[in-house]
Amino acid sequence: MKTAMNALALTDVTKTFTMHLQGGLRLPVLRNVTFDAAPGQCVVLTGPSGAGKSSVLKLIYGNYRCDEGSILVSAGGSTVDIAAAAPREILSVRQRALGYVTQFLRAVPRVSALDIVAEPLMSKGVARDEATSRAAAMLKRFNVPERLWSLPPSTFSGGEQQRINLARGLLPEHPILLLDEPTASLDANNRAVVVDIIRERKQQGAAIVAIVHDDAVREQIADAAVDVTHFATAA
Amino acid sequence: MSGIDKENDLPLLIAEGLTKHYGRQLGCRDASFELYEGEVMAVVGESGSGKTTLLQMLSTQIEPSAGRVLYRMRDGAVQDLWTMSEPARRFLLRTDWGYVHQDPQMGLRMGVSAGGNVGERLMAVGNRHYGNIRATAADWLGRVEIPQNRIDDTPRTYSGGMRQRLQIARNLVTAPRLIFMDEPTGGLDVSVQARLLDLLRRIVSEMRIAAIVVTHDLAVARLLSNRIMVMKGGEVIEAGLTDQVLDDPHQPYTQLLVSSILPA
Repeated sequence: MKTAMNALALTDVTKTFTMHLQGGLRLPVLRNVTFDAAPGQCVVLTGPSGAGKSSVLKLIYGNYRCDEGSILVSAGGSTVDIAAAAPREILSVRQRALGYVTQFLRAVPRVSALDIVAEPLMSKGVARDEATSRAAAMLKRFNVPERLWSLPPSTFSGGEQQRINLARGLLPEHPILLLDEPTASLDANNRAVVVDIIRERKQQGAAIVAIVHDDAVREQIADAAVDVTHFATAA
Repeated sequence: MSGIDKENDLPLLIAEGLTKHYGRQLGCRDASFELYEGEVMAVVGESGSGKTTLLQMLSTQIEPSAGRVLYRMRDGAVQDLWTMSEPARRFLLRTDWGYVHQDPQMGLRMGVSAGGNVGERLMAVGNRHYGNIRATAADWLGRVEIPQNRIDDTPRTYSGGMRQRLQIARNLVTAPRLIFMDEPTGGLDVSVQARLLDLLRRIVSEMRIAAIVVTHDLAVARLLSNRIMVMKGGEVIEAGLTDQVLDDPHQPYTQLLVSSILPA
């Protein structure tokens, strides 16, 4: 029972973009992507820029629609095929089980940094007080100055926004984590914080799929590597 | 299988093949979907795409030429909205539903105080105690960030943004399960829009209200909704998760819409 043991299993996932505004130009990006990740395992996606690494993460998160193949996500005793699930099933899986962390914060007007970090916990059903105190601890860990917590991050520096986004994405203890260059442009201290948190999550049994360009970080977290160029289509 | 309890998890509203012809002119063809509690669905498309016609059929303002709308009442009974009696339908509209118009003057009584505008909906569901009604109205005005000292003023003296927030308070005070919004931020300044959107997003998610939001603004759809339907020429051409449809649009028209946004 391969799928019962894996937290995540991709089988023959294929993705082509059709650009109707460019006369129906077809851009095949991925073909027959097949790999899996077990609980506690960190799989790093490798390959040059443009190979489709981020697209793989977006397909798993359900942000891109899968043309062919299956993406089985197992959490809390249930398995959902993201490639075939209804919108509300995908939302439910994201809320319960699937974390997706990029470098970029999509700031919501007027919402404070602390609330932005606490929000995913609250939508998982954690009470406001507890969510807020855990969010505060996470912001402290990422060295975000306390005077910024009550402010909306739209005016923060790029580095501060990135750390707030990492705090938000890494706080809920999701069984599956998708990380798209989480340490890019971080200083050494904060890079070490990210590595520590990733190790903690692995110990807690999270399955992680990550894109990491920093060789030192990759060596510290990776258990397996998947070279995405194997699945790239000769466009 | 999916972690969603399918036995007890039934749609709040089901639209089946909703079609409207205006004479020989098509308004909307064969729109079908299911909406669950707590889901926010955006309906986007250009002027004349049929999105307002669809909203009006769903909210029983115009009768469909074909198709039906099923609604699960609070007692669990599923009713066909067009076979209900007119009084029953009106009662539903006043209590279990809200309707936020683009123009707040359409949804407010302009000659009645702000407190009265909110209190009126409470009286419609049977509240009679003046003190309670006034206290609840004051609480709701606070939640939509209208200063307490403006409770006795009429909306005529309010700015556009305040009027829109008052309309939202009037709609939400009865804790509806479903709210329809027609371009809720249309005609407001950008800074006022941001405040209103943040407020709507927070209240709708806290109260777990289902909402159908008609907008031509994809940024509004992205901020407020989980699901989206794209309409063109009276038909639904694409539907799915909001981020999915906006980040990976399949239809030529949706790709055009998404690529037409000017970067901020």
